[in-house]
Amino acid sequence: MTAALLTLADSRLPAGGHTHSGGVEQAIAAELLTDPASLALFLRRRLTTSGAVAAGLAAAACRAVDDTDVVAALAALDAEADARTPAPALRAASRQQGRGLVRVGGRAWPHPAWAALPVQPHHPLALGVAAAAGGLAPRDAAAAAAYLSVSGPATAAQRLLAMDPITVAAVTARLGPEVDAVAAAAVDGLPAAADPLLDLLAEVHTVRTDRFFAS
Amino acid sequence: MPPDHNLDDYVDPYDPGHRHGGPLRVGLGGPVGSGKTALAAALCRTLGAEYDLAVVTNDIYTTEDADFLRRNAVLPDDRIEAVQTGCCPHTAIRDDITANLDAVELLESRHPGLELVLVESGGDNLTASFSYGLVDVQVFVVDVAGGDKVPRKGGPGVTASDLLVVNKTDLAPLVGADLGVMRRDADAVRGGKPTLLISLREDPAATEVAAWVRGEVRARALQSTS
Repeated sequence: MTAALLTLADSRLPAGGHTHSGGVEQAIAAELLTDPASLALFLRRRLTTSGAVAAGLAAAACRAVDDTDVVAALAALDAEADARTPAPALRAASRQQGRGLVRVGGRAWPHPAWAALPVQPHHPLALGVAAAAGGLAPRDAAAAAAYLSVSGPATAAQRLLAMDPITVAAVTARLGPEVDAVAAAAVDGLPAAADPLLDLLAEVHTVRTDRFFAS
Repeated sequence: MPPDHNLDDYVDPYDPGHRHGGPLRVGLGGPVGSGKTALAAALCRTLGAEYDLAVVTNDIYTTEDADFLRRNAVLPDDRIEAVQTGCCPHTAIRDDITANLDAVELLESRHPGLELVLVESGGDNLTASFSYGLVDVQVFVVDVAGGDKVPRKGGPGVTASDLLVVNKTDLAPLVGADLGVMRRDADAVRGGKPTLLISLREDPAATEVAAWVRGEVRARALQSTS
């Protein structure tokens, strides 16, 4: 089962994640993120807010696959995701990545639950279904969601600031225990941690015309 | 592992090679400044009246190319989609084509009769090429001003593209490039696949490239009905 989890968390899985910076591009523009120390702070903040929310939703979606009415269960979680994602730009970014993951996940792990998802589901929902389809447990879905909440943004910072990739890898790896803790805490609930800063960065970013990243 | 996961499931009805119906997707790649956008604009002008067509642009940083196409009134806004490539234009057309597939599918759903989609890459280097999961055929555009050694240097764009276009032949005397050498070197590495030496300045209609595209559209139509 571990291989499926590694596949899901692999940045090379072609699900479109590489075109999203998770707020990093705008945080750099706002000079909030300038070096490895501020990157670590940004990632920790992201992990404990949107990462925790994503982890809870992913675990719940993984569990929903066994529900007697999968369509209704996933639709309810999609609404829960909307409720936890007030910024329209972040909703769009999440649904865009969800669609990308459905495209590759549906081919990688054929399963009836894919058809039960909304057309452009929030990313954590697609992640939960992918985990279930790949034979993984809710805690694995939460782990993948928590990890992805920092790994993609870390790479974006590396590209945009031409940071030392070894330093960035170290920053991400040292967050490992916190990633595990966030995933473990989120697996049985639906955290609703909000971060107005991330919401604001996303909204400012979306009206820029000079951006490398979709979000 | 669920019981239905075995290799037999990998016969894929959505594999581009088996994609039935829908428009021909043509990738336009090549180094910065070689004339990809100018070629896309020329093809829109020449083929726009014949085919229901749309364009996806992959600018590195801005919406410059999409704006160019709009400004030149080559295509209405709703037929142009620009994608962000996350600082990595190469990845967006080859390794993770998700953003581009989204754009192509959006255009296809907006214009159900679409016959031709041009996917223009962000300017990249000689190793850039399109995944055949994204496009049906690809054109690689280099230019004479980059030096007549470019075809000899090879790279997947030069050697493996379905059509190699060497643009700006009008500049050859000015930069001391030998078109005969470029032709010969290209033929030597392309295994019989076509190469066109053109000047978009002298022929803004891109007549020969448009003719090649027409042939590919016809071939795809035949393939889809067979």
